[in-house]
Amino acid sequence: MNDPKHGMTLIVKTVTRITVWLIILYGIYLILHGHLTPGGGFGGGVIIALAFLNVLLAYGRSFTKNWLNLKFMEDIEAASATLFLFMGILGIALGGRFLTNFLGPGKPFTLFSAGHIPILNILIGVKVGMCLFLVVWVLAALRTGEGGEE
Amino acid sequence: MILPYFIAIPLLSAFLIALIAGRRDSWAILLSNVAATSLLILSVYVLAARHGETLIYEMGGWMPPLGIVLVQDALTGLMLVLVSLISLLSLIFSVSYIRHLDRSWRYYALFMLLITGMNGVIITGDLFNLFVFMEIALFSAFALVAYGGRAEEYEAAFKYAVMGALSSAIILIGIAVLYSATSTLTMAGIAEVLPEKDPKIMYWVGGLFLAGFGLKAAVIPFHAWLPDAHSSAPAPISAMLSGVLIKVPGIYVLMRVFMNVFGAPDLFMQTFLVLGTVSILIGVFLAVGQWDMKRLLAYHSISQIGYILLGMGLATPLGILGAVFHLFNHAVFKSLLFYNAGAVEVALGTRDLKRMGNLTRILPVTSLTSMVASLSISGIPPFNGFFSKLILIIAAIQAGRPGLALAAAVGSLLTLASFMKLQKYGFRGEREVKTVKATIGWGMKTAMIVLAVCCLLSSFLVMPGIREICLDPVVSVLLDPSRYIQMVMGR
Repeated sequence: MNDPKHGMTLIVKTVTRITVWLIILYGIYLILHGHLTPGGGFGGGVIIALAFLNVLLAYGRSFTKNWLNLKFMEDIEAASATLFLFMGILGIALGGRFLTNFLGPGKPFTLFSAGHIPILNILIGVKVGMCLFLVVWVLAALRTGEGGEE
Repeated sequence: MILPYFIAIPLLSAFLIALIAGRRDSWAILLSNVAATSLLILSVYVLAARHGETLIYEMGGWMPPLGIVLVQDALTGLMLVLVSLISLLSLIFSVSYIRHLDRSWRYYALFMLLITGMNGVIITGDLFNLFVFMEIALFSAFALVAYGGRAEEYEAAFKYAVMGALSSAIILIGIAVLYSATSTLTMAGIAEVLPEKDPKIMYWVGGLFLAGFGLKAAVIPFHAWLPDAHSSAPAPISAMLSGVLIKVPGIYVLMRVFMNVFGAPDLFMQTFLVLGTVSILIGVFLAVGQWDMKRLLAYHSISQIGYILLGMGLATPLGILGAVFHLFNHAVFKSLLFYNAGAVEVALGTRDLKRMGNLTRILPVTSLTSMVASLSISGIPPFNGFFSKLILIIAAIQAGRPGLALAAAVGSLLTLASFMKLQKYGFRGEREVKTVKATIGWGMKTAMIVLAVCCLLSSFLVMPGIREICLDPVVSVLLDPSRYIQMVMGR
């Protein structure tokens, strides 16, 4: 893991090891509180992607490739988008219109309120987080000439 | 209510393809073809069962000034049928064609995203929503242009991406100005309050939109990206780009915004006439000298877009009828011509007209259908191009503009000349070609034959009886903006 040939210096690696989970936690917080405070699926998703990118920058490509299951990330990215569409179609089935808020509004300003908006925020967060990371991953592969087919 | 399915079906199939396709393309082919077929059935059903009627759909149950509405009227119905028809045939063509490049599912997922974007642009009633769907369509188009992975394809895609991003930025500025002036993004709502505002706002935004959407439609002087992008893309994608993509974010939006939202202001109609005439003549002059078959076809797209703009600019019922009819016809015959070019490229490995020869013996289907398409685009009866060009020329004379009618006729003659060149050198030349590199698959043949039949059948769209269902409601939608406003906002 602390292979000095790849990635940055030991200082950066240590700081990254400590902070990466905090960054992911902050992203999850932004996603879950999207309907209450500023933030939401997109912003939180970007922060999650940045946490993975931190690891990529600090530890290098080969370590990140072993640490993350990229195929699985691709799959849940497509799955979250599909589920978002299913939520929309469920809105037709239960509320009469595409993407109708078929869950009640709940008690305002509590975590479990605003109907289906938190669910949609989570789906968007997963989609954006995985998608942005994979985009940078593929673009970085083009630069180093590795080919983006991992 | 079936309106959201026009967006949901292709989007769902795109993500499902990414999810379940695995490494092979068989699931992707199956899913994308099923989705495109169901879109065609849906769109034909909507056009036939509800002709002339306007359907409104509030997304998420939110009413117009707050939420996004989907609007289905006669123009939308015709455009949806057109997009579904061309995309289904292009998919059938792709099954044989793309396997010469690779067997990946990615092509089909991107293709479905392209359809999603175009259907969204057509069906939405909200200006910013239109912008978002336009970006979806364009970004998948950039990727598809570069799909072959050769240097010239990357170059064309990059050029297209730069020009597309530039025009999108211009459009976004226009939308922002319009939003700050009218406080709404619903197109019908904008049309409702815009007459009370300073007309300078409309001219300012109109100029931005003309440049932005004009760039998407590749009207001269905004055409520089088109010949590269259309000639480098894989043949079914060239057919999609030239057949529908320059029409949906380009011509359709120009029609919708300038006719329905701005109420056909005279200044812009005159501009359309000038740009249309210039595009007809310069496009065809640029085309005549080309020896690359797809490049020749690409320059003809510019010229034919000029005819559509000419009809729009006349702003008479007959002119708009001609424009809408020519829009439909151009999509049919230009897609067919690009399929022909793709088939020749597969069989001979070249697009250079000088290196082709007598292909009637070895490629009978391709050379026969290319003859049909060439006659259509040159305006020879009884094919569809003749009727739409005739209507446009009569409309120009009726509107008291014989000079424009002359320009249109000259453009048509030069089109005939350049397609005689294409037939003479490309398909019926003296050099006998005996061997082919690869055979043409059944999918490619089917797509070409169906479109060749459509070249004949779509002539019937102007026949009395069919015209009242397909074309006349479109003309009345475009000529009467107050009805559009009332239908969307009137509840």
